[in-house]
Amino acid sequence: MNDEATSRLRLPFSPAHLILVPLALVMVTPLAWMVMTSIQTPDEARHFPPVLPSGIHWQNYTDAIHAAPFGRFFLNTTLVTGAAVLGNLVLCSLAGYAFARLRFFGRDVLFVLLLATLMIPFQVVMIPIFLIMRNLGLVDSLGALILPNLVTPFGIFLMRQFFRTLPIELEEAARLDGCSRLRTLIRIVLPLSGPALATLAVITFLWNWNDFLWPLVVIQSEHNMTLQLGLSTFQGAHSTAWTLLMAGNVLAVVPMLLVFLLAQRQFIDSIASAGVTG
Amino acid sequence: MRLTRSDHGAGWLFVLPATLLIVGFGLIPIGWALLLSFQSSDFVSPPKWVGLANYRALASDPDFRSAIVRTLVYTALFVPITVLGGLAVAAVLNAKVRFISIYRTAVFIPVACSTVATAIIFNWLLEPTFGVVNWVLSWIGLGPFGFFENPDQSLASVVLMTSWGWIGFNAIVYLAALQGIPRELLEAASLDGAGQFKTFRRIVWPLLGPATLFLVVWSSINALQVFDEIYVTTRGGPLQSTTVVVYYLFQQAFQFFAAGYGAAIAYVLFVAILALTILQLWVAKRRVHYSS
Repeated sequence: MNDEATSRLRLPFSPAHLILVPLALVMVTPLAWMVMTSIQTPDEARHFPPVLPSGIHWQNYTDAIHAAPFGRFFLNTTLVTGAAVLGNLVLCSLAGYAFARLRFFGRDVLFVLLLATLMIPFQVVMIPIFLIMRNLGLVDSLGALILPNLVTPFGIFLMRQFFRTLPIELEEAARLDGCSRLRTLIRIVLPLSGPALATLAVITFLWNWNDFLWPLVVIQSEHNMTLQLGLSTFQGAHSTAWTLLMAGNVLAVVPMLLVFLLAQRQFIDSIASAGVTG
Repeated sequence: MRLTRSDHGAGWLFVLPATLLIVGFGLIPIGWALLLSFQSSDFVSPPKWVGLANYRALASDPDFRSAIVRTLVYTALFVPITVLGGLAVAAVLNAKVRFISIYRTAVFIPVACSTVATAIIFNWLLEPTFGVVNWVLSWIGLGPFGFFENPDQSLASVVLMTSWGWIGFNAIVYLAALQGIPRELLEAASLDGAGQFKTFRRIVWPLLGPATLFLVVWSSINALQVFDEIYVTTRGGPLQSTTVVVYYLFQQAFQFFAAGYGAAIAYVLFVAILALTILQLWVAKRRVHYSS
């Protein structure tokens, strides 16, 4: 009897799907809804209860591109993020290697001092950094966005920890062959450091691409805005033009979504290993 | 090994650029912020020394006190929801069923969505008159809600929005931790007759300790600093119902140009974050065990 009941109730698929499907829907629907609204006419969007789009209303996209320079925002964000990723890869590798392998005067004190700045929230130093930028004449320029993000104590820590796990014999052999420290780092150590460099690149990329508060404080002109700041300004100017806003939002989100989908493994491994390191 | 001259030189050369940047944009500003908090400054005229006046004013500023309460309420909701929610989601995503990689992608995808984009989407989803969420809730006889436009619901709506954005991140960390648990341990527990609940309680949860600690600390720090999503959705309103500490700091410093007062708020925030983090690490020290 009991056996019969269970076999009759047996689903043709695992019961896990009964949780997974609603969960996936909750996570994806907001994005799908954004895309749907972006191809509706304004009247369709302002219909209650909601209706499906009658066709693809591309005009929202041309209107959005005319209303705000999304191409410029994208270029600015790419420049700032690219500089930050490059800066972190180079400078954190150099510093991390020195802290991991070289013995020099004041090393341990300096390391602790730099690491302590890991605890400083950006909001606390934001006002003085703004004043510094003003003294440097960099307010309202991409330089103000790049300079404070070229290196992070987290990145130095990450690279140092990774370098310490590498077998030192290879480096000693290179040194005996007369390689300089820099050459040893570039030729021997960095080629073995793919995973750590990728983690650092992904985390720096995510952080800088999505940064909002600092651009909001330091950038005023439209032609210097990043994607996030431009998007927020665009939202402020068209706060109830939902179809236009969603089209703009799709333009801003899609590049990042594509990168995420293409490099999903990399993103997930990086976040997971940052979680373990942190 | 003997210290060689080249090590001193190379060492300092290697760390110099990073050190200069971190000193310039970390150590000097943290000292300067402290100095500013004892000054009265409007960004333009020369700052005046006012001693503890900013901190005294803060202590009796009812708006600041309300901002602290709101930030704590937000944190008390956001951290358990995203950490426990992230664990539940990771547990489901750890199932070995068909299409699991598609489910994982679906759950992780909001991680790629910036805070600003998330806020614009939720402005629309939670729009009181035309929004889809009020429509869906009406099927089960709830609503309509004002969400961001109702001072009693605005902060909860912000929690709903930020949780959607963050839960995937926590699930990624937890999923990696779950997959790192040796299968033999779980098999041994099951052979010894431990039920699922007991296995979770006695084996899985303790082994997830380091991940939980990281996520609790990290989510708390993020929650105490919440700003972006609030700026884009409610601008601290309605009736200041979502004016959290960082929003208040932003207003004071960059809208009312009270740099000294803003620096004092920033320092209070700094000490609060530091204290909470140290407390969490101290509690964890007795409970969390790191393997290896």
